[in-house]
Formats: sequence, structure tokens, C-alpha cells
Amino acid sequence: MIEIEGLTKRFGTVAAVSGLSLKVGKGEVLGFLGPNGAGKSTTMKMVTGYLTPTEGRIRVCGHDVETSTIGAQAAIGYLPEGAPAYGDMTARQFLTFIAEVRGFFGAEAKARVATAVEKTELAPVLDQTIETLSKGFKRRVGLAQAILHDPPVLIMDEPTDGLDPNQKHSVRTLIRNMAAQKAIIVSTHLLEEVEAICTRAVIIDRGTIVADGTPSQLLARSRYHNAVTLALPDHEVAAAEKGLKALAAVAGIEKNSSDDNIIRLTIFPKSGALLIEAVGAMAIKENWTVKEMYAEPGRLDEVFRAITTRDTDRVKAARA
Amino acid sequence: MKYVWPIFKREFTAYFATPLAYVFIVIFLFAMGAFTFYVGHFYDNGIADLSVFFGFHPWLYLFLVPAISMRLWAEERRNGTMELLLTLPIPVWASVVGKHLAAWAFTGIALLLTFPIWLTVNFLGQPDNGVILASYVGSFLMAGGYLAIGSCISATTNNQVIAFVVSVVACFLFTVSGAPMVLDFFHAWAPLPLIDAISSFSFLTHFTSITAGVIDLRDVVFFVSLIALFLATNVVIVDLKKSA
Repeated sequence: MIEIEGLTKRFGTVAAVSGLSLKVGKGEVLGFLGPNGAGKSTTMKMVTGYLTPTEGRIRVCGHDVETSTIGAQAAIGYLPEGAPAYGDMTARQFLTFIAEVRGFFGAEAKARVATAVEKTELAPVLDQTIETLSKGFKRRVGLAQAILHDPPVLIMDEPTDGLDPNQKHSVRTLIRNMAAQKAIIVSTHLLEEVEAICTRAVIIDRGTIVADGTPSQLLARSRYHNAVTLALPDHEVAAAEKGLKALAAVAGIEKNSSDDNIIRLTIFPKSGALLIEAVGAMAIKENWTVKEMYAEPGRLDEVFRAITTRDTDRVKAARA
Repeated sequence: MKYVWPIFKREFTAYFATPLAYVFIVIFLFAMGAFTFYVGHFYDNGIADLSVFFGFHPWLYLFLVPAISMRLWAEERRNGTMELLLTLPIPVWASVVGKHLAAWAFTGIALLLTFPIWLTVNFLGQPDNGVILASYVGSFLMAGGYLAIGSCISATTNNQVIAFVVSVVACFLFTVSGAPMVLDFFHAWAPLPLIDAISSFSFLTHFTSITAGVIDLRDVVFFVSLIALFLATNVVIVDLKKSA
């Protein structure tokens, strides 16, 4: 439903986005990740028709954003960064305005507003002016505005930024419930959000895509993927370490001490190997006093850092 | 029209959602009264007409209209709502026209609220109400012209103060371009057609000819096409900023 081809945006000589291509289909929730200034927001601004690309083209539901802007914009629900809204209006007035701009009048406008309000749980503040609302409610007004016309394409720039854990949870539930019918792009800094709601994660750095896959594919890139953490009393550690190192699938062991004379060993597998069973078997055989033992799925933040900083280092090297 | 209406409605109600509308109207009426009665010596003239009153309109608009127009686009840019507005499925021209019409309707209300002075002059004598009506129409058209200039300038910046100051200067130039002070500067070297062209851009010239009591089509065309020109430029500026 969203097709981006060779998208480039230059501000003066600085390329904020360069040669980005991406397709998002129905039923996908794409998590858009990247360090600050990587070009996430700029890309979203171009997809929604707020900025004109320097090069490349974008199609949304068959409408070329540059030549058929209105058609594309009608198919998009957009929550811009910071959820801007007219502060002097009440939430109800604002949503009614959005409904009218989107071509709903009278009873239909009312019904649309009511549905959006219900989904975003805005009812208690509906008649307060937006400037007096808390950050969480403001964000939800922005969200209500974006989903009011039940768009096939939903683009949200940091939708849960500034929300408390309960609100985050309800927004994520909302997104998950809509996911099957729509193509959704969500930019975020919260990696747990990607695991919670996204079917696909794209990491961009300095305007280009550096990783693209399902969250579990990205997790598989983590050094911690399938690593086993084992907590033992410190007098058993030396023997355990020796025994574990002898296992064929073990690539390395890291030690972290904690309180109460317990030491955590993180055992890293050689690529692709499954360790937990072998470690478990050994623990039983050697009769270790196991305090904790678990396999890690991988750490997304570590993958994120590895991908985006490795890239920076590469550029530094190239410049030198 | 279906695009313009929601924008118009939002903008128009926005004036009354804040103290802006009331402050503006009070100051507008107060200034009109003060100039007419104290500076213009309305009573001392002993003539039952409103020429003194209307004579001050261009000069009051010069400061009061930019105060309205300065926020039209600069505020949207500053608050980030520009991004919201431009990603809604409405053409840019509809936003431009809707905003301008709302501001224009608002100044129209302020202008209508000067009706006590019309009552006064009718109470005191027998003025030519045709001339007064024509003058009101002319004043309204002129306000539309100033608003279009101000709106266009507001679109170039996110700073309302800059928008205000630049608009005042631009409106001043359009007001006085027919005055000897300006024309003398060109007389020495410019060819006559150019001087005529410059002087024909003067709001003062066109407004004065309307307040004489004749709504000449040429004067109406002047204001309407000037508004159209500046609003078209406004659209272009908003579009250009998208690709900046």
C-alpha cells in the first residue's frame, strides 16, 4: 500500500534521506527505527506530502504523492511528531474540524468523532481546550485525529512518546487491533515497542536503510541470541566455567558478579548453536546449585547499537 | 467550497476563542472614534458626512490589519500545526482562501460595529447615505487588500513580529505609492507610464475615488485582483517552503 522508490531529500548540501526504497503492505506494522537525525521524520513528512522529495517517488494506495497529493493524503492518517493541534480549540471542536476537512458532515461527523474518542479514551477531556491537556491526552487527541477516517494507511511519528505505561499499553493494543486491515508505519525510539507491536523492523541511519527484517530476525543478529545466563554460588563458578568451556558449541563466557555470593555467567553460543539443553544437562550431571538459568532471545538495543555505530565508525574510517 | 468552509469556520471561531477578537475590536472602535472626533474635528467641521471618518481608515488599517494577518501562517509554522494542515487532504489554495476570508469577515464585523457613527451623523443632519455605503464597501475592499498582503508575508516566516513589521512597511508602500512624496522620487528619472503604474497601485487613490461616492468598476477590479495576486503568491510561498 505504501511504495517508496529511491527517495532522497537534501536540505542544502546535507542529505537527510538518500536513496531510500521501501514497500509496506496491508497487515504490516513497520517499526521505523534509527538514531536521532537518521531521517525517520523526514521520510514520514515526505510520504504524507508535507515535504517535497528532492528525488524519488512515493505511491500511497496507488496515488502518487507528488502529483495526486490530495488522493494520497485522503488515504493516510498521520500523527506528526509532537502531535500538533490547535491549542485554542477543545478536543471536540478540533476533531469535528478534522472530520469536516475529511469530508464528513453532520451526523456522520459526529459518529466518526465518537468512534475515535472511544478508541482513544478521550471522553473525560472532550470539552477542554487542547492547550490545557496533559501530554498523554494531547498525544491521544493526535491519535484520534489520525484514525478518525479509518484510513488504510496509518503513519505515526513516536505515538507513545510521553505516555505513561498504562497509556502506552492501551495505544499499543489499539494499534495491534487495527493492524490486520491497514498498512502502518510507526517510528519509535522504544525498542520494546518494536517487539510488542511490529511485524517488521527497519533501521535507518543517515538516510539509508541499514537493517530490514522481522523483530526476531533482528534479534537473531544479536550476540545474545540463544545465549544462556546461569547464576551460581561463587565457589562453584571456577569448575563450572572450566566444564562449560569444554562444550563444543560455546564461543565464550562472560562473568557478572552480583550480591549474595552469586555469580552470573553468560554463555555465548557459536553461531546458530542452541546451548540451553547442553548447559542444563551439564548442570544436572555436575550437580550445580543453579539459582537462575535462562536463554536469551537476543537484545534489540544491542543490535541497534551495533548496526548504527558500526556504520558511524565506517564513515569515520572513510574520512580518515 | 467544501474545502474552504471548514478552514474558514475554524479560523473564524479561533478569533473569538481567544481575547484577540475583543481586544482588536475595542481598540479598532476606540481608535476610529478618537481619530474622527479629536484629530479630525468631526463636530467642528459642521458637515453631515463621514469623509473625515473614512479618511483615517487607510492609516488605521496600516497598523491594525497586520496585527490580524501576522498570525495567519507564522503561528501555524511556530506551533507545528502547519504539518497537520498541509497533510490533510485539502489543497493549499483552500487553506489560503479560507484563512483570508475568515480574517476578512472578522475585520468586516469590526467595521460594521462602527455603525453608531453612522447613526450619529444621521441624527445630526441629512448625509448622503449612498456615499456612506459606498465608502463602507470601499473600506472593506481595502481591508481585504491589506489582509492579502499581510497573509502573504506571514507565510514567509515563523516569527509573528517579523511578519507584523514587514507587513506594516509593505502596506505603507501600497498606501502611499500615489502620494507626491513617493512619486517625486520617480519623477526625475522614470518614464511617465511607470510613474502612472506606480501611482495606480496606491490604495489611497482607489479608496479616495470610492469615498467620493462612486463605486467605479476599475477600483473594485483593482482591489479584487490585488487580493487574488497576493493570495496566489501566498500559495506559491507555502508550496515552495515544502520543497525547501
